[in-house]
Parts: sequence; structure tokens; C-alpha cells
Amino acid sequence: MNAAHGKGHLYGPARFERAARTELAKPQLRENLRHATHTIRDKRAEVVDELPDWEQLRESGRAIKAQVARRLPELLERFEAAAVRAGATVHWARDAEEACRIVTGLVQETGASEAVKVKSMTTQEIGLNEALEAAGIGAYETDLAELIVQLADDASSHILVPAIHYNREEIRDIFRQRMPGAADTLSDAPEELAEAARTHLRRRFLSARVAVSGANFAVADTGTLVVVESEGNGRMCLTLPDTLISVVGIDKLVPSFADLEVYLQLLPRSSTGERMNPYTSLWTGVTPGDGPQRMHIVLLDNGRSATLADPVGRQALSCIRCSACLNVCPVYERTGGHAYGSVYPGPIGAIISPQLTGVAENTSLPYASSLCGACNDVCPVKIDITDVLVRLRGQAVDSKRGSPSAERVAMRLLSWVMSDPRRYDRALRAARRGTAPLAALLGGRRTIRHLPWPLSAWTSSRDAPLPAAESFREWWQREQAQRGETP
Amino acid sequence: MKIALFVTCINDMMFPRTGVAVVRILERLGHRADFPQQQTCCGQLHANTGYQDEAMPVIRQFVRTFQGYDAVVAPSGSCVAMVRTLYPQLVGKDPDLAAAAAELTLRTYELSEFLIDVLGVTDLGASFPHRATYHPTCHGMRALRLGERPLELLRHVDGLELIPLEGAEECCGFGGTFSVKNPAVSGAMLDDKCAAVLHTGADYILAADNSCLTHIGGGLHRRQAAPRPLHYAEVLAS
Repeated sequence: MNAAHGKGHLYGPARFERAARTELAKPQLRENLRHATHTIRDKRAEVVDELPDWEQLRESGRAIKAQVARRLPELLERFEAAAVRAGATVHWARDAEEACRIVTGLVQETGASEAVKVKSMTTQEIGLNEALEAAGIGAYETDLAELIVQLADDASSHILVPAIHYNREEIRDIFRQRMPGAADTLSDAPEELAEAARTHLRRRFLSARVAVSGANFAVADTGTLVVVESEGNGRMCLTLPDTLISVVGIDKLVPSFADLEVYLQLLPRSSTGERMNPYTSLWTGVTPGDGPQRMHIVLLDNGRSATLADPVGRQALSCIRCSACLNVCPVYERTGGHAYGSVYPGPIGAIISPQLTGVAENTSLPYASSLCGACNDVCPVKIDITDVLVRLRGQAVDSKRGSPSAERVAMRLLSWVMSDPRRYDRALRAARRGTAPLAALLGGRRTIRHLPWPLSAWTSSRDAPLPAAESFREWWQREQAQRGETP
Repeated sequence: MKIALFVTCINDMMFPRTGVAVVRILERLGHRADFPQQQTCCGQLHANTGYQDEAMPVIRQFVRTFQGYDAVVAPSGSCVAMVRTLYPQLVGKDPDLAAAAAELTLRTYELSEFLIDVLGVTDLGASFPHRATYHPTCHGMRALRLGERPLELLRHVDGLELIPLEGAEECCGFGGTFSVKNPAVSGAMLDDKCAAVLHTGADYILAADNSCLTHIGGGLHRRQAAPRPLHYAEVLAS
């Protein structure tokens, strides 16, 4: 049986190339992105260079996740049993809708009308905030960057730094206009902005009865969940409320506690360029009189099983959401996250999003890369992102074989020409003959400024050369003849 | 040693001088390269764009052409990367082709690999009294791990002043059909690469791939800027 694909915030209304064009037209955005991505990538490179065993750590990170992929059903059952033994309730959600329904029901059971949230990509993926809002429940983000985005009524632009597309002045304006209680005199000094957010959030933490989190890792042996964060807001959410609901993708499993040793070295260095993570919270079930007294874990599939079915593509599930690939990607650096339409942008998003939804639903994202390979080199779990991109491009083309396309006609024709030397030779001569009058018109220059569609896409930003007056093979034949050898 | 020159389709049609340069370099070293005229293309354009079925007959033609040579030398990082890294993945369904392709991947070299690793030469006795900067193309740098090889060869060129390129490791934005499928992003990447090249004040921009050079050179030409694109083989042959 084929596993179902996922739903949720995994694609936008426009194809990547169109959305990218819109984003590219914002000079301030490009400057913000360039500054931020270069700062993080430099920091990462520095701390990674400090570790003599970095390559071994990457290999371990890859190997453990490959093992998880092979043993997933068994590990999930093991996790469920351990979590239940520790006092948690485990729910299973096939897709975004089901997960939202479960969480909404659980919040409603408590009678609460609001919930505080730990930053979580999984809840963004399923559109949980919107679902809770529709049920009359306010969901408040407590991560600083996530809070900025929520106040601005915007969407995240980065996996780790959702507000990466804003600079400090823009954040100050958002706070002044949208944050309850923020002073009109608020400056753009980082400490003043952080203090304003802290005061605002403190009130929410102290009144909240329900918290919603995701998890960076889920330990199968013990039923433990792990959240890795930098601000301490997560820890407040995980300890203060009575009820904690954690939405966890089934790809977050690791077999045992010892495996965390690998990832807790790989993750902070790759993501924020820190040697050690500031706040790492681990929680296992409930403890009477300490922390949340009711704990629910929603295990989410949403296209993950379908992704697992592809022998090449499944490595995307090893992703630990460090976002190092975003920070080195030349495409992401120029467009930002919104162009990708999905909550998972950048190179990893370009392979995760189409696999979760099914490639046919998301055909432009596998092409949102120049295949430069910078992402492969920084991935802490050695996902061969470019390999998967090429694979998905193949699937994207195959998914549209039924409908006519000029590109396919051209590719077929070219394949037919290139697979036979005589046809190739004739085509080469024809191309040269065809462009010879043009070269004459250009007064012997072999560079052209405007080409007709579809090659006009090339001349939109660069001049194009014309075929050479003599091809290499013609030179070779001439040379051989001169030497008295038969070509 | 039976050496075959894979000149690549782009060089064949647009930049024949690059192929001529490789022939001259090998001759200077006392080797006679054969140019099997059955050759067409490596199939990269098709495979990278998602037309894997359409790539197969082209790959078959490539494997057929170059069987039986001790070494296949190509002046293109990306075409060699196609053979070495993508062929094994693409030919899996056809056992005979897979075996022949696997054997071929071991004997296919980018020019600098062949000169340094196989022939053990770094000084080609070339002379090129100009200022140049070098762009290490993505496939050469990351897929093939050419490292310093092309630069090592260029450092032995008499009179050549090599000026470092800022952000050299960043993609120029060509990416095959990426440049026409995502022209806006590709153009934005090209803007930055052109600015970096202009900043060097060099007369020439060198690289191991004429496709990237067409893109960068086209950008510079559009800006009516001076640096001229040139394949590093032509410098080595000078």
C-alpha cells in the first residue's frame, strides 16, 4: 500500500521562479539576508574547524538516522510504550488535518482559551496556529524571532531565524505598532528590543495553562523528548503550564540516549555556530508536583512514510533542521524563505517539501537550485541534497509526461540528435550555417544581445555567444588531413 | 597509453580553441590524443533537468564511444562530474551499461587531474604575460575536489599574474538550465560574480568550464567590462 502524502504549509500559491522574482525586487531584503547568512556561515565555519573529529561526527549522524529509517516501525512502538509507561498519552496523526484536530480537541478539554508555544517547525508545517485560532484559541509564539513574525502577521523566512528578513529598525517598528504595552519611544538597540519582548512574554508564561511544543529529538528507549533552543522561552513553556502537548514528526526518533551525544554536538555548531547549545530541555512523561501534569505526544506522519518509500529521497528525513544549508545557499541568500512557499525553505526545503506533498504538487521547488553543492558540504548528517534534487527533477518531469510541453519536445529532439553521431554532426553544421548570416550582420562579432523566446531568458541578464566559425571536429578533420592521416 | 579527448558538446560547437589547446598541451608532453568522432555529449543537460529517460541514449553513446581507452580527458569539470558522480546512479537499470560505465568512471579525468595525477606534470612551459583571476567552478571544486590542481598548473605559467577572486567558492549562477528556468535568481548571482571579477582588475577570468565562462563572460560583456573569459587550458597551451 502506498503511504499518503502530506498537507499543510508545504507550498505557496506561486511557482518558485515567480515568487523569487518578487522577493528579488526588494533591495532591503537582499541586504538583510546577505548580512545575516554570511555572519552565521562564517561563525559556523569557525567552530566546525575547531573539531578534529567533525567528519566522523557527520558520519555518525548520518549512520544513526539511516538506521532509524530502516527500523522506524519498531522504534516508534518502542517510543510509544516508553512514553506511556512514563505517564504520557500518545496520539497518532496521519496528516496535518488530523494532527490539528487532535491538538485542538486536547486544548479544548482543558477549558483554556489560549496556549503558549515553543518554536516548532512541525506545528508550522501543519498550520496549527491557524487551526487553533479558528477554534477560538489564541496561540502565542514565545521565541523572539517567531514572535516578531507573528506580530507582523507574516510568515517565517528561515528554519532557525524566522525573522531573518527583517533588520533592527524594522523590528522596532513592528514592536511599536503591534506589541501590547510596547513604548512609542522604543529604540532599535538589541537589549531594548529583547527587554520589551521579555516583559510581554513574561505575562503570557505566567497565565498560560497549556503549552504546545515540537521536539528536536525523540528517544525511543525512554520515551524522552528533547528541545534545543537559545533563549530559555522554551524551558518556561515546558515547565510552567499544567498541560503540555508536543507535536513530533516521526522522523525525529533516535534509538537511544547515547545517540544524543552526536547530535548535540552537530546541531548547535551547524545551526547557530555555537559550541554548545544554551538551553537543552529533556522531558519524559509526567512527575507528580513537578512540571506539566498532563502530557500529550502527537506523532505526525504527514507524508513522512511516503518519503521513506523512496530509496534516494528518504535521506531527507535525516535532517535535524540546523539550517546550515540555507545559510550557504546562493539561491536562498538572494530570495529568502518566502519564495519557496513552504515553511521549509532553502535547499533542504526544496527536497523535503515536494516529497511530503508528492512531487506532482510541488514541481518548481526541485529546480530552485543551481546544483552548486555548497549545501552538501555543510550538512551535518551528510544528506546528498543535490543528488535528491536531481532525483526529484526526474520525478517532476515524469509526473507531467501526459501533458504537452515545449521543453519536453526540445529535450526529446536533443536526445535524438545527441544519441547518433551523424545526426549530431549534421545539426552542428546546420547551427553554424544558420547563425553565419547573423555573424555577418554583427560585423564579425560573435556575441549577441537579444535572443528570441525561449532563449530570451538567457539574454535577459547576459549576452550570448554564437557558434564558432569552425567546430572542433572540423578543425580535427582538417588537421588530420594536413598530417596526411585519414580522419 | 591510449588517450581519448572528450571535447564536450559546448566546446565542440562554441569553443573549439579549448579542445585545440588540450591537443597541443598533450602533444607538447609527447602524447598523442585520439578524438573519437563518434562522441556527442555526456547527457548532463538532460539528466540535470529531470529528463533521465532522454539522457539514457546519450549516455549509451558516450560509453560506447570511449570504451577501450586507457584514459578519457575532458576540459570540463562539470562533464567529468556527470560521468563520475551521476552515471553510477542513472545506469542502474541496465546491468551491461552499468558495468561499462563504472569502468569508464575510473578512467575519465578532468584536464588538471590527468596532467598532475596521471602524467605527474605541473610545469608545461607556458607563457602568458597577463593579469588573470581564477573562478573554481562548483563541479570542479565540490563534485570533483580538484582543489589547487588548476592553480598549481597556472602558477607555473611564465609571466602570468594570478589575482585572488573574492567569494571564489560561490556559484556564478549558471547551473545549466537553472539559468533559463530561474533567470532572475541566476542574474542576481551573476551580478555579484561580475562585481567580484571586476574588483580584481584582471584582464582575464579563467575557469575549467566554458559553460560557466559563457555565463560570466556574457555578464561582463553586457556590462561592457574588460575582463575576458578564457578556459585555463588555453593559458597552459600558450
